[in-house]
Amino acid sequence: MREATELIIERLVADARPVRRLRPPTLRAALWLLAIAAVAAVAVLLFADLDVAGRRLHDPKLLAEMIATLLTGVAAVVAAFHLSLPDRSPAWALLPLPFLAAWIASSGYSCYRHWISFGPDGWQLGESAHCLRFILAISLPLGISLLLLLRRAAPLAPVRVAAIAGLGIAAIAAFVLQFFHPFDVTFMDLAVHLGAVAIVVAAASLVERAAQRRPAAG
Amino acid sequence: MAQMVTPRGADSVEMPLTASNEIASDGEWSRLMAAAQAGDRAAYERLLRDILPFIRAIVGRQHRTHDRVEDAVQDVLLTLHRVRHTYDPSRPFAHWLATLARRRSIDLLRRKSRMAAFEIADEAAYETFADPGANSEQERREWGGALSGAMAALPARQRQAIELTKLREMPLAEASRASGMSIGALKVNVHRAIKAMRKRLTGE
Repeated sequence: MREATELIIERLVADARPVRRLRPPTLRAALWLLAIAAVAAVAVLLFADLDVAGRRLHDPKLLAEMIATLLTGVAAVVAAFHLSLPDRSPAWALLPLPFLAAWIASSGYSCYRHWISFGPDGWQLGESAHCLRFILAISLPLGISLLLLLRRAAPLAPVRVAAIAGLGIAAIAAFVLQFFHPFDVTFMDLAVHLGAVAIVVAAASLVERAAQRRPAAG
Repeated sequence: MAQMVTPRGADSVEMPLTASNEIASDGEWSRLMAAAQAGDRAAYERLLRDILPFIRAIVGRQHRTHDRVEDAVQDVLLTLHRVRHTYDPSRPFAHWLATLARRRSIDLLRRKSRMAAFEIADEAAYETFADPGANSEQERREWGGALSGAMAALPARQRQAIELTKLREMPLAEASRASGMSIGALKVNVHRAIKAMRKRLTGE
């Protein structure tokens, strides 16, 4: 057995081509977030109803919710880049949780308020289905680009990384959605948002798990 | 604990080491790894040989037998090679390596136990030898019951024919004298007996 270990060392040494070191994870996360922000800004300027969005931003409750959503997304993406490295603490996975809690709490409150004042009408699916499609459609390109970047690190716990990345993607998609969302958040919206987040997280984890089952090339 | 390396900004990792010399060598390992990342084969080889005892100590916690430990060590080496671009030379190398080694070692343990759950240990299989004569003990145990059952079910004349010619290995003439059957009758009874027993044992 030790001879086999010797052989492996010789093989690895023979194969020791120079490699390009990864840049620091926070920097890589920032670059990806900037690129996404640029694309999202163009999309919002071109397609969103800025008057409505501007008026809605004056509502402090909604503003708080949007900030919490954005922070959840940013924190989860930063955490995912750190987690993709072998020697970072698994505690990075906890980073987005406080923001996630704030997001759920803030949107929860406004929905509850709405539900109380408008009665059962708050429970209709109609527009929420549109939001679900929106989140899933935005998440796909975001998710593919992010997972490809994260895989550069060949993470040792890929499913955990993908789950956190999925949370980040879904939160960013939900944030962008706010600009295309000319009505108050209802309870159903919240449920759909959370459902969409869960779907994206599960999909990202499954993709990563399937990729992991395949024998690694090279 | 003076014997522990507490890596910066991470969960504390216990280093299964005789600490002081490891802390001293961490800087050296880090330098070698940085050189290896730049393609320096001699540095890489020195590093890989240098860290072997360290890896063995870590995987030795999950794997007990020598073969398993070496399996895990090899897995760790291959993984190290695959992810060597993720090491940042400004951070401690021993911590990077220890986390990686523990992670792979535990994964390997899970894979092994998953395999074990699908495999059946057939202890008797080890007792089957290439030389048929050597299997008598084993076969007697496995087939004895079935065979004597099949023999007991034979008609008396067939059973007697088998007993005399096959079990006691008498020549046909002697068997004929002992049983009072003609040689032709013996042959026919042996043939029928074997056919009946084969049918009973194999279900043909």
